[in-house]
Amino acid sequence: MTATDPAIEVSGLTKSYGDHTVLDGVDLTVPGGAVYALLGPNGAGKTTVVNILATLLTPDDGEIRVAGFDVRRQPAEVRAAIGVTGQFSAIDELLTGAENLRLMADLAHLERARATTAVTVMLARFDLVDVADRRARTYSGGEKRRLDLAMTLLARPRLIFLDEPTAGLDPRSRRDLWAIVREQVSDGVTVLLTTQYLEEADQLADRIGVLDNGRLVAEGTAAELKRRVPGGHVSVQFHATVGLAAAAAAHPAATTDAEALTLQVPSDGSIAGLRRVLDGLDDDGVAGLTVSSADLDDVFLALTGRAAKVPAAEVPAAQAPAAERIPA
Amino acid sequence: MSASYTARDSATMLRRNLLHIRRYPSLSIILVAQPIVFLLVFVYVFGGTLGAGLPGQDGGAGRGDYLVFITPGILFMTVASVALGTAISTATDMTTGIIARFRAMNIARVSVLTGHVLGAVIRTGFAVVVVTAFAFLLGFRSDAGPLRWLGAIGLLILIAFSLTWLTVGLGLAADSVETASNTPLFLMILPFVSSAFVPTDAMPAGLRQFAQHQPFTPMIDTLRALVTGAPTGSELWFSIGWCVAIALLGYLWSRRLFLRVPAK
Repeated sequence: MTATDPAIEVSGLTKSYGDHTVLDGVDLTVPGGAVYALLGPNGAGKTTVVNILATLLTPDDGEIRVAGFDVRRQPAEVRAAIGVTGQFSAIDELLTGAENLRLMADLAHLERARATTAVTVMLARFDLVDVADRRARTYSGGEKRRLDLAMTLLARPRLIFLDEPTAGLDPRSRRDLWAIVREQVSDGVTVLLTTQYLEEADQLADRIGVLDNGRLVAEGTAAELKRRVPGGHVSVQFHATVGLAAAAAAHPAATTDAEALTLQVPSDGSIAGLRRVLDGLDDDGVAGLTVSSADLDDVFLALTGRAAKVPAAEVPAAQAPAAERIPA
Repeated sequence: MSASYTARDSATMLRRNLLHIRRYPSLSIILVAQPIVFLLVFVYVFGGTLGAGLPGQDGGAGRGDYLVFITPGILFMTVASVALGTAISTATDMTTGIIARFRAMNIARVSVLTGHVLGAVIRTGFAVVVVTAFAFLLGFRSDAGPLRWLGAIGLLILIAFSLTWLTVGLGLAADSVETASNTPLFLMILPFVSSAFVPTDAMPAGLRQFAQHQPFTPMIDTLRALVTGAPTGSELWFSIGWCVAIALLGYLWSRRLFLRVPAK
């Protein structure tokens, strides 16, 4: 595989469990050395795509080549080229961090001296030296994730799959992990990652594919996708119905939530746009103001015409029902 | 995947399982305690009466003779007990995320299972040594020479190997760790319907036929002949035959269960 050959080529990928269609004809191409993000809510099929590409699941149909090899006919060659870090930590909790890495070095068939070096290098690089001889069971979430990734990267795969790599991590661990991914990319490694966060895809990926109900509904750079999204919105909360009604009349594209006394005005995030909203408002009538930039919800809305199936708890009450917010 | 990689990966996985065994000693202790409790109960609670009923005793010595009679059966129970533990540890291992990592790696995949089996055989070795020492402590004596003891050890390893391949399969087939701790219980029950605790001649007709022809009886009879210095006869070949058959079936079954692409 040279840098110019596609690292991943998928066409017509389908997978169902009984009557339930998980992937409904997915096509995607990832050039060597690129970072591709699969963006989508829970249940969109992201993990299924990763598992099929990583030879952990057999597809029902489709042409799938990873690192130049057919996943069904040459699974061993595919496995030799890839590294996978899934959503659930793939570490041995009864072993120490150093022992976990040693296990990977041995399974990569490194000779003794090289294995020892590789373990030392990875411990240092992933900031695990202090906890190297502690059982992985006692690690924090961030340490577990770093060890997990170190195990994936020890054998220096040319292509890595990261399935929701930052799920459940605190903001600092998340940024650490992004730095590690960028480092890999600068070494020429191809990355396919899945995420629920537009920001993460935006930060890391060259190209983003939006997966919804087993179909790739949009594909492009972060900038291209954002252009297709009407942007964020300005939420204005009023003291009384009178103020709300007046403002609603001035902004026909806005969504009114009478119970919460809130008006949501679509906004491109520009100062001019914000000023237009503010100009019509009466100082005394306004209880609060929030400016939100485009998020996964907005991307989904724009691309699929309905709200992303983000778990209810993650959707601020004022945004529901989201589908009414976008002008036709 | 070349044969040398298969051997190397199996050795790596064995090291992993030995670390697990060392890090989780309570399971080993329970597995060894089980046959020791059986030994104590059978010798001191039932031994006086059962010993008197042994053929050729005429109500004589009793307990000491019974200890000699059941020690080979208890050694078999030790092997079965550790094998049962392997079903639990295999099932537990399958619930951990690292198995998915192994599946996505270019390694001899069956080495994950081989590691469990070889680790279990080593654990059985320790357990057998402890239980044998305990039997000697209680007064077990044997006229068998070193060659016969070597034979007994060899047979115990073979039994451990075959029962473990079976319980690895049971561990893989179980939908939960709880199930995996229940399905292999027959390994602990079947010895009661064999020649382990009483001679099969003392059983009623139907049961006797079953006891005489079930696979564990020739194994226990051969062990008894080896450690007491009696001739082994054809039982030895039956034992080896059963072991090879169980090991082969267990291996093929486990391998199929493990290599099968998960449904979800």
